[in-house]
Amino acid sequence: MSYLIKGARVLGGEAADILVRDEGIAAVGAGLDAGGAEVVEAGGLIALPGLVDLHTHLREPGREDAETVGSGTRSAAMGGFTAVHAMANTDPVADTAGVVEQVWRLGREAGYCDVQPVGAVTRGIAGEQLAELGAMADSAARVRVFSDDGHCVSDAVIMRRALEYVKAFDGVVAQHAQEPRLTEGAQMNEGEMSAALGLRGWPAVAEEAIIARDVLLAQHVGSRLHVCHVSTAGSVEIIRWAKSKGCPVTAEVTPHHLLLTDDRCGGYDPIFKVNPPLRTGDDVAALRHALADGTIDCVATDHAPHPVEAKETEWAEAAMGMIGLETALPVVQEAMVETGLLDWAGVADRMSYKPARIGRLSGQGRPLEAGSPANITLYDPSARRAVDPSAMTSKSRNTPFAGLELPGRVVATFLRGRPTVLEGKLQ
Amino acid sequence: MNRHLISAADLSRDDALLVLDTAEELAQIADRSIKKLPTLRGRTVVNLFFEDSTRTRISFEAAAKRLSADVINFSAKGSSVSKGESLKDTALTLEAMGADGVVIRHGASGAPHRLAGWVRGSVVNAGDGTHEHPTQALLDAFTMRRRLGDLEGRKVTIVGDVLHSRVARSNVLLLHTLGADVTLVAPPTLVPVAVGTWPCSVSYDLDAVLPKSDVVMMLRVQQERMNAAYFPSVREYSRRYGLDGDRMAQLPEHAIVMHPGPMNRGVEIAAEVADSVRSTIVEQVANGVSARMAVLYLLLGGSEPAIGKGVSE
Repeated sequence: MSYLIKGARVLGGEAADILVRDEGIAAVGAGLDAGGAEVVEAGGLIALPGLVDLHTHLREPGREDAETVGSGTRSAAMGGFTAVHAMANTDPVADTAGVVEQVWRLGREAGYCDVQPVGAVTRGIAGEQLAELGAMADSAARVRVFSDDGHCVSDAVIMRRALEYVKAFDGVVAQHAQEPRLTEGAQMNEGEMSAALGLRGWPAVAEEAIIARDVLLAQHVGSRLHVCHVSTAGSVEIIRWAKSKGCPVTAEVTPHHLLLTDDRCGGYDPIFKVNPPLRTGDDVAALRHALADGTIDCVATDHAPHPVEAKETEWAEAAMGMIGLETALPVVQEAMVETGLLDWAGVADRMSYKPARIGRLSGQGRPLEAGSPANITLYDPSARRAVDPSAMTSKSRNTPFAGLELPGRVVATFLRGRPTVLEGKLQ
Repeated sequence: MNRHLISAADLSRDDALLVLDTAEELAQIADRSIKKLPTLRGRTVVNLFFEDSTRTRISFEAAAKRLSADVINFSAKGSSVSKGESLKDTALTLEAMGADGVVIRHGASGAPHRLAGWVRGSVVNAGDGTHEHPTQALLDAFTMRRRLGDLEGRKVTIVGDVLHSRVARSNVLLLHTLGADVTLVAPPTLVPVAVGTWPCSVSYDLDAVLPKSDVVMMLRVQQERMNAAYFPSVREYSRRYGLDGDRMAQLPEHAIVMHPGPMNRGVEIAAEVADSVRSTIVEQVANGVSARMAVLYLLLGGSEPAIGKGVSE
């Protein structure tokens, strides 16, 4: 099957045609001949390389009531993603070759986007013994990103060993930076809001202290470190310093940390409860600038589906997390593009090239040129709409953006030449 | 007034003065032989207590009954809640029973906010987690006003575990609304990091603050703080932040000593202080009923005059 995408602005530049043949891009240029290919009119749309998420909770196995590999990857496709990294905190935990291969196979069978499993760093994400990282790396799932996400690898020796060990297969440890003792029972950002609301604070220093330790460890042993969901201005400063010293550290920021602040917690609606928590306006500004200047390498959704009852409860009882695959690109447009901080080439870099490179996905995050795999997202930046939770493709509804008017709409997503989304509809 | 009383910040200065004036009126009936008014006849008030708190529950119960409301006591222990029922389902059950007012005590900060989204009746916060306890602040202000008169410019010192205290939060907000100057005194570990944004001052030195205080309010030291490195030992806490006879002697002649109860005698307050003439601790309990009557009346009572036409005389 061939497609001729007509008149799309490649990375927001001049309009051009993209000829997709079989699994790859055959040609990019003006006035290409359809020659029997199905024509996709893309005037006014922006063509981006298929988006890559480094941080997705697909919940399968274990919590199929919240999301499955099938529903999560359909949600990803609707958000313009062609690859997602499935986090390891499932039940059972993805800490063996068996579990990561199961998730990888489920992704292949679903076929909506590539599912690259993340392996747990420690057995049962308990932080005590290394999981069989090599077995996961050698499995059919070819795991390269390891994370205990949801939990911090807080033991400095375990963290050092993990960083060292994954060098053997060019892996990376993605750290959920949260000093556990400083955040026991923590409910929200520690500051003016937590003081007024009487909710246990999650201080910025609990994130920053772990990042500071880990960049020094990574520097010492010469290993790749990736920092998950950076949320504070102080973390940005530490990462900027580490990079200036040549430390092999990369970092991600979530869309919600680019847009929302902790005063959303004022009504005690746990839809705004997330870990790390929403921070202050100063943190949001620092994160945006860090993403723009490259201190933070990429956007990752931390898509965290939860069933309705997990959020319709008292704040302290509620689960942490927000869904984000289907709103990621609109939020990035709102926070980064409309503010002039990033152009569309920058968006392609932060949401496709960089995360693919960090995750060592060779077939993803490729430039839109002849010879690349045809992973393409077509996006209409002029659309505007209010976020409607009931319209989500995800199995869960816990979006913090409900009712918020956001720009942009994913019109089409191509995964290796096959449309998973066309005209805004799942194929 | 708002339909609910969830935070002391819900009360404007006029609202707060109306509650206090109404409480003053209603306090008169405590001296009558028949302590009952028909004002809330036919209304249903549910006391929804997820935490054990006998004193607050019976205070609300007495307040509602003196206004002739039907009172349903619902305590979490032994109820469907202990079988895992969610707050939302409990709320929907109460709603189906037609509760006009729900008085809620809950261990989670913000539970009354959530409840208010699920029921049509008025929600009164009877203490939520480490957030607020607005009727305690009203009864405290009522007690201060009875002893000292107008609160404008009065210096109120609140001593103890401010970080975890719903009493302190509500008092800071309400007393600020009423024009008093509040000073919080605590070890630095027991004040929120952002306390600088609150409308009050903070001191770590009790002895420096006492001679300028019209009111000293001692907060209870919770058992679970005692072994969590907030302070080195109970004795050290007591030496630095406890109110004993010597410290009480530094207070101005007219100053009063308050405590929301229950007290740890010998920890935050010495027995001789608790039992002294300056102590308002027993009065606070009695005033609690009047203040809660005023709140229930104003939220549920509509336009009838509070005291009616002396039907119960």
